[in-house]
Amino acid sequence: MDSKNSQYQTFLAYIQENWGQNILESSFEKEEISVRVTAESLLNAVVFLKENPNCLCQCLMDIAGVDYPERERRFDVVYQFLSLKHNLRVRLKVGVFENEIVPSLTEFYPSANWWEREVWDLYGIPFGGHPDLRRILTDYGFENHPLRKDFPLTGFLEVRYDEAQKRVVYEPVKLDQAYRDFDFLSPWEGPLASCEKED
Amino acid sequence: MTETHSALPLKNNEQYTLNFGPQHPAAHGVLRLVLELDGEVIERADPHIGFLHRGTEKLIEHKTYTQAIPYFDRLDYVSPMCQEHAFALAVEKLLGIVAPLRAQYIRVLFSEITRILNHILNVTTFALDVGAMTPFLWGFEEREILLGFYERVSGARFHANYFRPGGVSLDLPKGLLEDILDFVKKFPKFLEDTENVLTENRIFKGRTVDIGCINGTDALLWGFSGPNLRASGVPWDLRKSQPYDVYERMIFDIPIGEKGDCYDRYLVRMEEMRQSLRIIDQCVQNMPEGPIMVENHKITPPKRADMKVDMASMIQHFKLYSEGYHVPPGETYTVVEAPKGEFGVFLISDGTNKPYRCKIRAPGFAALQATNFLSKGHMIADLTAIIGSLDIVFGEIDR
Repeated sequence: MDSKNSQYQTFLAYIQENWGQNILESSFEKEEISVRVTAESLLNAVVFLKENPNCLCQCLMDIAGVDYPERERRFDVVYQFLSLKHNLRVRLKVGVFENEIVPSLTEFYPSANWWEREVWDLYGIPFGGHPDLRRILTDYGFENHPLRKDFPLTGFLEVRYDEAQKRVVYEPVKLDQAYRDFDFLSPWEGPLASCEKED
Repeated sequence: MTETHSALPLKNNEQYTLNFGPQHPAAHGVLRLVLELDGEVIERADPHIGFLHRGTEKLIEHKTYTQAIPYFDRLDYVSPMCQEHAFALAVEKLLGIVAPLRAQYIRVLFSEITRILNHILNVTTFALDVGAMTPFLWGFEEREILLGFYERVSGARFHANYFRPGGVSLDLPKGLLEDILDFVKKFPKFLEDTENVLTENRIFKGRTVDIGCINGTDALLWGFSGPNLRASGVPWDLRKSQPYDVYERMIFDIPIGEKGDCYDRYLVRMEEMRQSLRIIDQCVQNMPEGPIMVENHKITPPKRADMKVDMASMIQHFKLYSEGYHVPPGETYTVVEAPKGEFGVFLISDGTNKPYRCKIRAPGFAALQATNFLSKGHMIADLTAIIGSLDIVFGEIDR
């Protein structure tokens, strides 16, 4: 495991050296490399990861959106890269404003296509240069972006089959009992308490 | 079947669009495909997914870590425990704990049982799709035995909710290991029978050989993983390359294919079942004694007997099942080799008792995405073979 750790550390240092100013934040924690880059340098970083002989990340395993409503750059787009050659995983993050266009990676990785559609669908982050940016998981004609933190868990519309009209109708959600979000969070116990006891 | 293309009389105005699904037996669930056809040849396949979207990721953000586990059973509902495994490992990583050895062995044992469970279903329904009904009936008999093991260990046949961060919820009942060994001895008979019916079968080969080919480079670019990737000749298995729990102690081989066609994907899965049997055998032989859960009762429930006499245990139990446990702030992308490929959980914790974000990386999502690439130029009848061989389950794709 130590050789793995030193491999990761050397790799992170190599990236830091090559990307310089474009890195806003980088970390090596829990045996995972995470690098936050500026939105402008995203494509360069991706090409570097894919082509550079020390990286050779042929696989883009996942793209995830994350919503931080209190931040100025509200969303994070998180890319997980994998290099089979070096047995290496790299996490790339980009912070974006609401409605800011993120360059699409479909040109480099065909697999980015659906993942970007998913991020667009669930978070409303548009991808520039995407060949087919339609919704993917939600219903036809769905409005809003459900995984944003300000979207209620119960949603806005519900669906039922109407016997009289002989078709499926959409209606505002009616709940017999309002959704109850119990807050069990104890004020006196710090977030780290459960682990400190272990040591 | 490329040679048959030219035999078809293609007229210029024979292009049309066909809707396939979402309710179709060969769609393996609720896949809707909009096919642009030229005669019987597929020019473009546009999969529409999301008919089974239940908002799992959103729901998990509103539940405690313990309450999130059952959602993982319901993603890929033919291989439940492997997905619990990914979540359990992710939470353990954030908490900085390691499950006891016995728990790790049990988890590996049941991950492999799950793999066989999944591959039986896939291989036999795939055969059903291309016209062979018998293996399907045999396979479900074997699945019944495996589901019996699930039931004996967790109380549930499908949605087990068995793996927990810090170990497993219950210890193995008496006599289970002997019965599993018994199964390991008898199961190769099923594999032989199935291979006798399918592997050299002229109809089966006619329907699968050279259908839906993808080479290693393309497979990587399309984000393939698991058996689909290995069938394309890429020897990549997370159990070997990035081992978790006690996989590094196990001795097993990784089968790979050559051409990456439907037939290779079938062969790889058949051999993987044999390798899983080897791992199961090793787990049973070397199963250590000891605790099955971390002994930190802020994370795992205290013993029922302690709760009757010990006030602290009583309080811990109550807090654990109301508030849950706090996970230190941090993030992790943890992967396991699920039967369908790389199943990943990208978990962000903000230090409270609920995950801030839990992104699920479903292997089938990437595989289905390549449907258009794989089916272009094939006949419409080949599409069912392609979809069947990719091992698609909509629970995990739509989430």
